[in-house]
Amino acid sequence: MRIGVDVGGTNTDAVIMDGREVLATQKVPTTPNISDGIVRAISAVVEASKAQTIAIRSVMIGTTQFTNAFVERRGLLPVAAIRIALPSSRGVPPLTDWPQDLQAMVGKAHYMVRGSYFFDGRVCDELDELAVARAARDLRIKGLKAVAVTGIFSPVNAQMELRAEEIIRNEAPDAVVTLSCKVGRMGILERENAAVVNASLAELSKAIVASFHSALQRLNIKVPFYISQNDGTLMSSEFVEQYPVLTFASGPTNSMRGAAYLSNLENALVADIGGTTTDVGLLLNGFPRESALARGIGGVRTNFRMPDILSVGLGGGSLVARSGDGQRIGPQSLGYRVTEESLAFGGDRLCATDIAVAGGWADIGDRSLVAHLPKALIKGAATRMHTMLANAVDQIKISQKPMPLVLVGGGVVLIHEEIDGVSEMVIPEHAAVANAVGASITQISGEIDRIFAYEADGREAALEQAKKEAETRAVEAGADRGNLRLLDLEEVPLAYMPGGATRIRVKVTGNPIDAPMDDVRTAATD
Amino acid sequence: MKLSPKDLEHIAKGAAFLGTGGGGDPYIGRLLAMNAVEEFGAPEVIDADSLHDEASVFTIAMLGVPAVLGEKAACGDDVDLAIRRLEQRLGRKADALVGIEIGGINSLLPIMAAARLNLPLVDADGMGRAFPEIQMVTYNVYGVSCTPLVITDDHLTSVIVDTGGAKAAEDLVRRTSVHLGCSVILSSYPMTGRDVKRTAVKGTLTLALEIGRVITQAGRTGSPVEAVVNHLRTTPYYNHSRVLFDGRVLDIRREIRSGFSVGCCTLSALDGSASQMEVIFQNEHLLARQDGQVKAIVPDLICLVDRETAEPIPVEFLKYGQRLKVIGTSAAPIMRTPESLAVFGPQAFGFEDPFVPLEEIND
Repeated sequence: MRIGVDVGGTNTDAVIMDGREVLATQKVPTTPNISDGIVRAISAVVEASKAQTIAIRSVMIGTTQFTNAFVERRGLLPVAAIRIALPSSRGVPPLTDWPQDLQAMVGKAHYMVRGSYFFDGRVCDELDELAVARAARDLRIKGLKAVAVTGIFSPVNAQMELRAEEIIRNEAPDAVVTLSCKVGRMGILERENAAVVNASLAELSKAIVASFHSALQRLNIKVPFYISQNDGTLMSSEFVEQYPVLTFASGPTNSMRGAAYLSNLENALVADIGGTTTDVGLLLNGFPRESALARGIGGVRTNFRMPDILSVGLGGGSLVARSGDGQRIGPQSLGYRVTEESLAFGGDRLCATDIAVAGGWADIGDRSLVAHLPKALIKGAATRMHTMLANAVDQIKISQKPMPLVLVGGGVVLIHEEIDGVSEMVIPEHAAVANAVGASITQISGEIDRIFAYEADGREAALEQAKKEAETRAVEAGADRGNLRLLDLEEVPLAYMPGGATRIRVKVTGNPIDAPMDDVRTAATD
Repeated sequence: MKLSPKDLEHIAKGAAFLGTGGGGDPYIGRLLAMNAVEEFGAPEVIDADSLHDEASVFTIAMLGVPAVLGEKAACGDDVDLAIRRLEQRLGRKADALVGIEIGGINSLLPIMAAARLNLPLVDADGMGRAFPEIQMVTYNVYGVSCTPLVITDDHLTSVIVDTGGAKAAEDLVRRTSVHLGCSVILSSYPMTGRDVKRTAVKGTLTLALEIGRVITQAGRTGSPVEAVVNHLRTTPYYNHSRVLFDGRVLDIRREIRSGFSVGCCTLSALDGSASQMEVIFQNEHLLARQDGQVKAIVPDLICLVDRETAEPIPVEFLKYGQRLKVIGTSAAPIMRTPESLAVFGPQAFGFEDPFVPLEEIND
């Protein structure tokens, strides 16, 4: 048996699962110290399922705590940014183009030192170790505890970043060091930004991981726990303490993965309809398709792994207003107040849920309270809601072919008619806690993103090498070597580049080493 | 005119529009220009016609693989060195700098260079858009020699190239850039003020700035695409401008051929008709065909923009389902002459269709 928990900004959800079976689910408000909410949610599902805590083999947690903290600028540490790049890139120093408030809060010092690689990983300039040591002493004197190290082409060759980390540990033993090669991809500014954001979360991540620990201790659950990251795979608690930024955007990923699991569909569209917005994404082999665009978080441009999600202002609480001949839905929403302020619950605001109740396809609240709504209004608003979803679905698809659509989240009641371009519509059981289910079934991954020269290495050898490196990373992150499988392989030949230069991205996944294999469904079956 | 940081943002956006899908992401160029302007002060932007006939003017640009540019950026000293070496080779100082390509990242690199070297920047370029190779500029078309030219890298290596033709120089420069790590600074087409006045596409820096400003400001008013097209119609070159198609991406195909990103994007009409438009690109968009009929062809500009925000969409970010408007815009008259068409007209890109001005096709 295993437990999945989703610690959101508003609610903490928990599920307990036995194999493929969802035994019990629970939703409670998220508490200020996090721990209390987790304890309540887990206790409730354990009790409801009559399970023995001893039978629980693993706990997987998904959380938006880090994203929220960064966006709200809560609990961030000042960071020393060290860039190994000279003589290159001096024209764009670290933290250029950050919002000023964040720069003032986080950007306390930056150091640029000599060292670089060519695009194929050959050394271009040797690392200036003395300069790194000087920077480390200086940041220690300044009292800085968080350090972000970024080297040119470090996704291709991480040696200089690793060596710099060693030097910093010697000179400033208290410092927490983030290496850019662990959090970002090609594109030095975006990768450096991700590293600095990560470093700024170092203290908070200790506190949050500690509160997860204390919750499990209070529950007397003694198994290791994992935290889900934005690509739909897991990190060990030790790893997330070091790399909290990798949890950014894991919320939509978990609900999509949960949707795949609950519906038994691995290639499908997913719409997570909440109170205020609907997040639409695409599942390929059970994992969300990733976004190719650089995405900003809290005003900072980054390029780490994020699902390609389209958010539209359609949710259960979305307000309905007249607009021209038709009806406008959202983006304003009653949010969690829907059960107090909407018409169907005795309030005086007309929202999307009221339309579904009045139309007779949702059985919540009090239908007599919306019986007075004109038929034309109900029809107009319902048509608009379906059009909004249809448009979002169409934009997220990658081909014209009709695909199944899985609906999850509390707002699934809004949709009752067919959607264009959708082959079948599925609302699985337990759709409201798909995110916690998603967390509970997550696997561990390893990824590589590098440029290989096909003319020199040969294509086969290059692909083999890339796969091996990705596997090593997965094992390092806590995956069981015995059941690794290839999830994703992408080859992109590069324009203007010689020698058959090709960028290879490989991702492999495996079960967490402590979870019994038959318990975790292998996600990447053909 | 002195450029403000806000102006740089507008230029970046306008340059993305004029990049017609290519030209490299102006983002890193904007940051380079921004930092140089902060450190050295904003450069003076001058009209081409205010140049002295005998003034010495050099071009400055970045050249290389976009993915490597995104990893290495520029150091600044390499930019200074390129100009200094070319001055030494020619035995004369640069009096002003001018851009080579207003579309994409190379709209902003000359601003960085002019700020660092405290030189005036001429409000002009050699394309009024973006093209993939260095011979595809009006300077070359109208007889300015591409060489001597200087390539530098961030280790302050410099290479001087003297060859007969611009195409030969392109081949040599491309190979040298690979050897130097795929991202170099290039100063070429040294010329006189008289040459600039005779051969440049004038006023394009301020045109880019205004286009960017219109896109940004119209975003708040409701119909940005209309605002952009209306604005283009008031400009000296881009005055024949229209929305050629309003559709969604039905299919996108691309491959690398001879080092270029080549492909085709098919859109289907949003008005319910069965009409389709096919946009063919080779780094930049070159040809737009609606139901088999050519609607716009290179060197006229074909820009794919978000139909709601008018944000230009680069070729590498095109994907199925996007709702786009295809805007066709006339190239400068100097780019549509037989001499120009021989260098960067449809046949230079392997098309059989002849060049027909956009306004003749669509009016």
